Amino acid sequence: MKKLINAVPDVVKEQLEGMAAAHSDVLKVHFEPDFVYRADAPVAGKVAIISGGGSGHEPMHGGFVGMGMLDAACPGAVFTSPTPDQMYEAAKAVNSGAGVLFLVKNYTGDVLNFEMAADMAAAEGIPVQNILIDDDVAVKDSLYTAGRRGVGTTVLVEKIVGAAAEAGYNLEQCADLARKANSYGRSMGMALSSCTVPAAGKPIFELGEDEMEFGIGIHGEPGQKRMKLVPADEITEMMALEIINDKAYTRTVRELEDGQWVDKSLTDEPFKRGDKVIAFVNSMGGTPVSELYAVYRKLAQVCADNGIEIVRNLIGPYITSLEMAGMSITLLKADDEILRFWDAPVKTPGLRWGI
Amino acid sequence: MSTVTKEQVVRWLEATAAVLEANKGYLTDLDSAIGDADHGTNMDRGFKKVMEKLPTVADKDIGNILKTVGMTLISSVGGASGPLYGTFYMRGGMAADAKEELDNNDLVNVLQGAVDGIIQRGRAQPGDKTMVDALLPALDALKAAVAEGQGAADALAAAVAAAEQGMKDTIPLQARKGRASYLGERSIGHQDPGATSSYLILNALLETMRA
Repeated sequence: MKKLINAVPDVVKEQLEGMAAAHSDVLKVHFEPDFVYRADAPVAGKVAIISGGGSGHEPMHGGFVGMGMLDAACPGAVFTSPTPDQMYEAAKAVNSGAGVLFLVKNYTGDVLNFEMAADMAAAEGIPVQNILIDDDVAVKDSLYTAGRRGVGTTVLVEKIVGAAAEAGYNLEQCADLARKANSYGRSMGMALSSCTVPAAGKPIFELGEDEMEFGIGIHGEPGQKRMKLVPADEITEMMALEIINDKAYTRTVRELEDGQWVDKSLTDEPFKRGDKVIAFVNSMGGTPVSELYAVYRKLAQVCADNGIEIVRNLIGPYITSLEMAGMSITLLKADDEILRFWDAPVKTPGLRWGI
Repeated sequence: MSTVTKEQVVRWLEATAAVLEANKGYLTDLDSAIGDADHGTNMDRGFKKVMEKLPTVADKDIGNILKTVGMTLISSVGGASGPLYGTFYMRGGMAADAKEELDNNDLVNVLQGAVDGIIQRGRAQPGDKTMVDALLPALDALKAAVAEGQGAADALAAAVAAAEQGMKDTIPLQARKGRASYLGERSIGHQDPGATSSYLILNALLETMRA
């Protein structure tokens, strides 16, 4: 293992200390329990948006804390979900009274820890809602798996819902928008290499020189299938078509209603010709931006061929998997409400425009 | 030898911390194959915290001790294991409220509460390739042995043997819960790390009773 680290147990702490030192105009860091929060929190009258998850996906989520996006982010150990006390303390710190929305990537650990945190916050009298992000089309069914994973769409939902909260949406409106934006987003990822969790000290899986892993998540977990490496255009087309041609997806999620967890059946409708989308080409950490542009070039062509109009794009490393080489593609259907909040100003270390 | 004393509970927790430290790499290797390579380090981190907390509650009743273990794991482990094992000890502790020792029926109640808690929190069914596949057979074996009038150590030995078998029986299963479920058929042929840590935890109790 060759990494720019000091001691393995200090990796997350030192990263947070660095963020606090670098971005004191935008955010602050609380330690034990660890969370990153807006320097000006709580923002009077505004719904607080909180996300979190394992570390190793930077700039997500801590890098998206700031005006127009997240009020707080709770980092777990590398690739390990945070613990409920982190989200609970973060909720108390950033709640202005307008309530707190948890945006939770659909991984069993994240889901269980955020559910416990929501129970704790609700018991404290904080209005809270919990919305799952589950957009990874590599997972086909929800009956025999833990359901689709939360991947690229997370970044877009955090931006869109963060802007809506800034514009004065109440908790229910923010939750409705988050649910809608999630249902409009679909993603697919692939890896050219594995990655090494510092505490493990060796790569999570081995890939041969001529192999790629298709349908990966963001934790270095092995993907849907292992394939012989093919040129970028072919990979891009396969991934884009998996997304564009993905059928309606139905699953049961748990949300809060009057303080009780209730199961809700939600369905994502497929893309259709004439849809406008935000296209997001993301590096898993090790793939350079130059290669992402090569992917985007082909993606734009495949979308055009299928009657999908790309109206906005985001290209770069935003939801990574440590140093893994590879990329993911996300398409998110953009209606007027979503575009308005996508274009709204944002000032965070990871995304910054319109200011 | 038909009771588990409070001192044995404390020694069990110490033994658990030791066995999880010793098996940190093993559990993480199992998790690398079908998960995200952190189960060993997470459990080790959690039980190191438990060891820090234990002296502050060692003079309290067994219920209080187990609930403290649960709270500590919930706030230090993360992943799915944190809430699941946290709930395991919390609910086990609730079944041992105010107890200074556990007779055989108490032992059944503690394990029943703990296993029910894990199932409610994680919504896993038998055969999903999870901790439940080691814990549920162990609970059934413990109940059967206690019903036959066996002593605590013998009943626990039966429970641990069932947990070990249940753990091994996860190898041919296809995972339907947690991160391993995303592998589909590729999860077949690997032993579940959660079932393995569950076996290790129960076995640590048996070894404590025999010591």
